Amino acid sequence: MDVTVPILILAIPLFMFLLLGLTGMKMSHKLAGTLGTLGMGTVLVLAYVTAFTYFFGGAPEFIDAAGNRLQYLVFDQTWLAFTQNLVIKIGFLLDPISAMMLVVITTISFMVHLYSLGYMRDHHGVYEHGFQRFYAFLSLFSFSMLGLVVAPNIFQMYIFWELVGASSYLLIGFYYRKPSAVSASKKAFIVTRFADLGFLIGILVLSYYTGTFNFTDFTSSAVAGMEGVTQVNIHTAEGILNIFQSSPAPMFMGASVLTWALVLIFMGGMGKSAMLPLHIWLPDAMEGPTPVSALIHAATMVVAGVYLVARLFPLYLMEESALMIITVVGALTALYAAMVACTQVDIKRVLAFSTISQIAFMMVSLGVARMDIHHGLGYMASMFHLFTHAMFKALLFLGAGALIHAIGSNDYTDMHGLRKYMPITHITFLIGCLAIAGIIPFSGFFSKDEILSSCLGNSTIAYVWMSAVAGLTAFYMFRLYYLIFWWKEHKVHEGHHAPHDQPWVMSLPLIILAVISCVAGFIPFGNLVSWNGVPYDFMAHFNWSVAAVSLVVAIAGIALATVMYRKENELPAKFKNAVPALWRWCHHRFYWDELYMFITHRIIFGCICRPLAWFDRHIIDGTMDSFATITNKASDAIKPLQSGQVQMYVWYYLIGALALGGITYICLL
Amino acid sequence: MFANILIYFVVIPLLMLAGIALCRNVRQIRAVAVTGSLALIALSVVVLLQYLDLRAAGETAPMLFTDSWTWFEPLHINLAVGVDGISIAMLLLSSIIVFAGSFASWKIDQPKEFFLWLILLSVGVFGFFITVDLFTMFMFYEVALIPMYLLIGVWGSGRKNYSAMKLTLMLMGGSAFLMLGLIGIYYHSNPAGGQLTWNILEIASRAADAEQCIPQGWQMVLFPLTFVGFGVLGAMFPFHTWSPDGHASAPTAVSMLHAGVLMKLGGYGCFRVAIYLMPYAAQELSYIFLILTGISVVYGAFCACVKTDLKYINAYSSVSHCGLVLFAILMLNTTAMTGAIMQMLSHGLMTALFFALIGMIYGRTHTREITKMGGLMQIMPYLSVCYVIAGMASLGLPGLSGFVAEMTIFVGSFQAGMADYLGGEGSLRLVFTIIACCSIVITAVYILRVVGKLLFGPVQDDHHRTLTDATWWERLSTVTLILCVAAIGCFPNFFNNLINTTFSPAIFAVLGM
Repeated sequence: MDVTVPILILAIPLFMFLLLGLTGMKMSHKLAGTLGTLGMGTVLVLAYVTAFTYFFGGAPEFIDAAGNRLQYLVFDQTWLAFTQNLVIKIGFLLDPISAMMLVVITTISFMVHLYSLGYMRDHHGVYEHGFQRFYAFLSLFSFSMLGLVVAPNIFQMYIFWELVGASSYLLIGFYYRKPSAVSASKKAFIVTRFADLGFLIGILVLSYYTGTFNFTDFTSSAVAGMEGVTQVNIHTAEGILNIFQSSPAPMFMGASVLTWALVLIFMGGMGKSAMLPLHIWLPDAMEGPTPVSALIHAATMVVAGVYLVARLFPLYLMEESALMIITVVGALTALYAAMVACTQVDIKRVLAFSTISQIAFMMVSLGVARMDIHHGLGYMASMFHLFTHAMFKALLFLGAGALIHAIGSNDYTDMHGLRKYMPITHITFLIGCLAIAGIIPFSGFFSKDEILSSCLGNSTIAYVWMSAVAGLTAFYMFRLYYLIFWWKEHKVHEGHHAPHDQPWVMSLPLIILAVISCVAGFIPFGNLVSWNGVPYDFMAHFNWSVAAVSLVVAIAGIALATVMYRKENELPAKFKNAVPALWRWCHHRFYWDELYMFITHRIIFGCICRPLAWFDRHIIDGTMDSFATITNKASDAIKPLQSGQVQMYVWYYLIGALALGGITYICLL
Repeated sequence: MFANILIYFVVIPLLMLAGIALCRNVRQIRAVAVTGSLALIALSVVVLLQYLDLRAAGETAPMLFTDSWTWFEPLHINLAVGVDGISIAMLLLSSIIVFAGSFASWKIDQPKEFFLWLILLSVGVFGFFITVDLFTMFMFYEVALIPMYLLIGVWGSGRKNYSAMKLTLMLMGGSAFLMLGLIGIYYHSNPAGGQLTWNILEIASRAADAEQCIPQGWQMVLFPLTFVGFGVLGAMFPFHTWSPDGHASAPTAVSMLHAGVLMKLGGYGCFRVAIYLMPYAAQELSYIFLILTGISVVYGAFCACVKTDLKYINAYSSVSHCGLVLFAILMLNTTAMTGAIMQMLSHGLMTALFFALIGMIYGRTHTREITKMGGLMQIMPYLSVCYVIAGMASLGLPGLSGFVAEMTIFVGSFQAGMADYLGGEGSLRLVFTIIACCSIVITAVYILRVVGKLLFGPVQDDHHRTLTDATWWERLSTVTLILCVAAIGCFPNFFNNLINTTFSPAIFAVLGM
């Protein structure tokens, strides 16, 4: 395969970032926006071409004679060589999941670029302050995210992982004059940084034992006769397991070292993917402009953790305890976030918690996947859900953006009854809700159903738990939907226009994403993506009983939401009064933020930083100063001896002479 | 003598001194300073290229361009010069920072005297990096330190007399240890009974030989003396307290040179003298200093989290970052040591950038308290963007220099730590490596705290609204530094190769690496 296209996929967004970042202020707003969008459009085309060639080109480096998909290393350039073996390379690995992610990222990113042309202006068409900067950051983010997904080695992934973190920081803090945006961006960066610490140590452990950073060395074996082509092979992962087991110290604090490494790496994923208890940054990240929330905090960056686990999945298969941890963390997060989402007022926060919950679905799906459960169906289901979720969640966020743009507020209490005024937004939003709720034939139905089948294969508890969360999902999404689009509309004040649908640059992405959400479920996903490249036709193995149950659960959720929220009534208040404590805890997000505040301000700042700073100034520096003071004092004390009076000197002379004489006498004695 | 290219690293600054002494107005002084520092940059690049050529041609000597001229025969004191990849990296760093520093002190009061002392300081710095003779090295070291007293005492701000005195006395205290150590090395430089020598290369060439190296008993005495002596300048805990006060009072260019280059003298000295010449003691005693430097790394970072004066924050952050340099050197592992040198480069550039920006902001707002400023991004976008870039470099954003340096250190230290742990030699290195890794989080906390308070948010003081953004000379100074930071961050392997191919095989024979 030609390397030009892959290089361009990475180079164009980087170039756009530099161009818009350095010269953007000299450009007109329109030019900057157009350039950014065109650049992203080019990348979109290139990425589609690449993915299409990979999946359907049929070249021998992509698919073998038996129809198994292979991994192809397009290029690999040494970037930093720590030692002979431990070398960071910058490369481009094409395999089913990276090709799929190329499509996801470029699609959403392009939609967001397009959408922002309309969103980042007010109703009079005046561009927002920093419009060029916005496009520069979007390009930086796209570059980083693309670099992350095509990484052939874990260190490249870490590099781009940090870069997406930084671009997320810059974009959350886009409205840098707003203190809340500034603190949200800071929080996001620091929380994910903390998680990255685990990731880093995990990388260090893994690479120390294996002597390599390359993903393919962990999970795949070379295909004979073709350079750069590998195939996922469970025996390679078993070899890695062997290396760990045969080391002098295979256990550490009750768990195997490989488990530790994998869990630490997963910790990085927990940070980026906002898993409990590192989820606290994501709801706050909604301070960023809404298109950014759609791109980064719903569709792409936050699934990086899932992607990371999927990348190393054969290794995770070696350590069931690590997968168990992933399942438990995922399941708890899914339920937690769904419960919280039921009580939030800010529509973006509802969507944020729903994102957390949906990503947790993907995590659980990976956690329950085993080779012997429907041929690793969980992996495929997770990637499938990642794909469909990216589309319908971006749709929901962009729809929310349209609402916010029209109303000028994030609270659903300011919206109500908008279905008459904003029909396009209404329909597309409804499609998004149906997709996320898992109603046939929308895309979410298929992917969620696969996840639930996979859970059922592993354990009944996981299945029941996740089905309940799925029901809750349908409930809170339709609660949101009814509160926004139904109820009695607010009166339009004198001199104000009634809210209306957005310009075409904003509607078009909504419509495209809605169409994708309607049809994406029919993609034969198992043929394209599976954990070991062996095609798996999930429709042939479709578990209709699971589907029926999940459909019933979803419809029940929607029905309950309809009863409670279609019209203004007493039920919600009654419910709230029936379980006040539960409601309060959910509403306050189970007080996680307060807990973190306590830890950072009281413990870290109050009990470590401040005392240390005091210790430094008063004890360490005090000691140093006291040397000087003592010297000064001593000098003052002996200064009077040099009085200048001859009589005194005679006395000193006499005493000295006598003393010397005395000492001499004693010595001679 | 003048046939050796290295000698020009001292000659050019000396000529600049003469030139500045002859100047009649500030424009001439600026012209001399800028031309001179450009010439120095050019010279370092030429040396670098020639060095690479020679290495590519298969030159394997530990140092190139070596030469030696007798200075004081009875004590065998020579002016011996020679460079390897590490010193070349340091020379490049120094020349760039002198260049940027000249632009940062464009509008200084009493420019003639200021530049005279500043250039004298750089004579010491350049001399230190090119010599391989312990005595001459020490002399240049002192030449670099003394001007600091006057530069802070005269052109400083705040409690400048106190700070200048404190800095000088503490560093002189370090020098006292150091001198003892160096004289000790001289007297034990040739235990087999041959001629005594100050020459680093000669002593190092025998370091692997148990019969001819500095006697091991003496190493155990001399190693701590030299390590602490240089460590004081490298801001090693608990001898770092001169740094916050000194930096806070120093004028911009002096802070830049001091944190950017002078503190590197400490790290370089620890490596070149303490470890290079006494590898045996380094292995035996490294744990004491590992603990101290490991503490420096997190301690400095924690202290920086609660300070409100920009210069204090940056000084404590320097304690943390320079602690990482010494920490990595003590890992006695090629990767970690390479990382240490990279970290010196990286820290030198970004901290110079930080101090330059702080100076520029202070010059406008007349305060360094972050509580009294806010929203500078709206007022001086250029300087603020530079500050964000410097901050990102400091917290280790890939693509900028901090990341590659820290990662090289962590990978190397982890290797050393795991080797110890699995080899049953205790887990001290491993534990401290993980503690040091934690600094990446704490660094993010204090950097983002400053960025958030200082640059973002609403404008705190309405008087600040009328302030202007950077002038052309300020832009030039910052752009130079940012380009260098980005160059290291984007093409790390060039520097990596330059540095790690030159570790002396002799030490590694002793250390078993």
